[in-house]
Amino acid sequence: MIEFISQPWAWYIAGPAIGLMVPLLLFFLNKSFGVSSSLKHLCAMCAISKADYFQYNWKKESWNLLFVFGIFLGALFVTKYLPANELVGISDATVTKMSSLGITDFTGLMPSQIFSFDQLTNTATLISVILGGFLVGFGTRYAGGCTSGHAIMGLSMLNLGSLVAVVGFFVGGLAVSWLVLPFILASL
Amino acid sequence: MKHLYALLLGALFGGILVKAEVLSWFRIQEMFWFQSFHMYGTIGSAVAVGALSLQIFKRFKATSMSGDLIDPATKKFNKKGNLLGGIIFGCGWALTGACPGPLFALVGSGYGIMLASILSAMLGVWFYGTVRGKLPR
Repeated sequence: MIEFISQPWAWYIAGPAIGLMVPLLLFFLNKSFGVSSSLKHLCAMCAISKADYFQYNWKKESWNLLFVFGIFLGALFVTKYLPANELVGISDATVTKMSSLGITDFTGLMPSQIFSFDQLTNTATLISVILGGFLVGFGTRYAGGCTSGHAIMGLSMLNLGSLVAVVGFFVGGLAVSWLVLPFILASL
Repeated sequence: MKHLYALLLGALFGGILVKAEVLSWFRIQEMFWFQSFHMYGTIGSAVAVGALSLQIFKRFKATSMSGDLIDPATKKFNKKGNLLGGIIFGCGWALTGACPGPLFALVGSGYGIMLASILSAMLGVWFYGTVRGKLPR
């Protein structure tokens, strides 16, 4: 059983498991599935701004902060006690394309050439980690949700606004991964 | 008690994110390059299960554990905001290889560098909160 759970999950196991977060959160907490508002609550908690947007009682939303702390703990636990393969099961075509763009290390969840503290001053790392993070934060709040809140919860509710946001996610993501990423990797 | 449930459900989600490999930068680029069905199958079947659960809740007027009717509020739809914000988020998703849930999970998986992304994301939220009055909605 442990060995079975330890393996990377196929999409038809992983997807339904993620989808079950919707009824579980509604039943136990009567809350809508979503992650990105936690970033707003963190800002409100740190009182980093006097803007109206952050003037509310964040403590009422503390479930969301515990939820993301749980995400951290769950990932920590699984990585430590139920580790799977060294390599993520991406397709051969992806490995070939990434190799041709300059990726040499395929171990782990992210390429160490970009995502490690040693590389923090490199252009590729600054763009991926710092600029990327900034756009994630700004974009999710402007769109009113992220992959959880719009793509999973919003589409489950057959929300037109969420569909528009998800189309946006792919327009932006496709543009960056096809047009910008080759230049970022060229700087490695 | 509610806080304990939130923590445990978060832990469940975090564990799933790791096992599903959806928090992997490699997986995200593979998805945008249309080289695997994995991410599309995962997101599609997650939506199917979510939608079916909501229909069942609605049909049987289900109540939550505390006895309240389960009737999740519809998110406000700002035509320009959803699209423009979505595009900006999509750019960040492809750059970091992670959306907000995976950012927290990656830190748990040992990628401490993603704490820098979380701090930067908070800065992005702060910036949004500061300029939002001037943005098209």
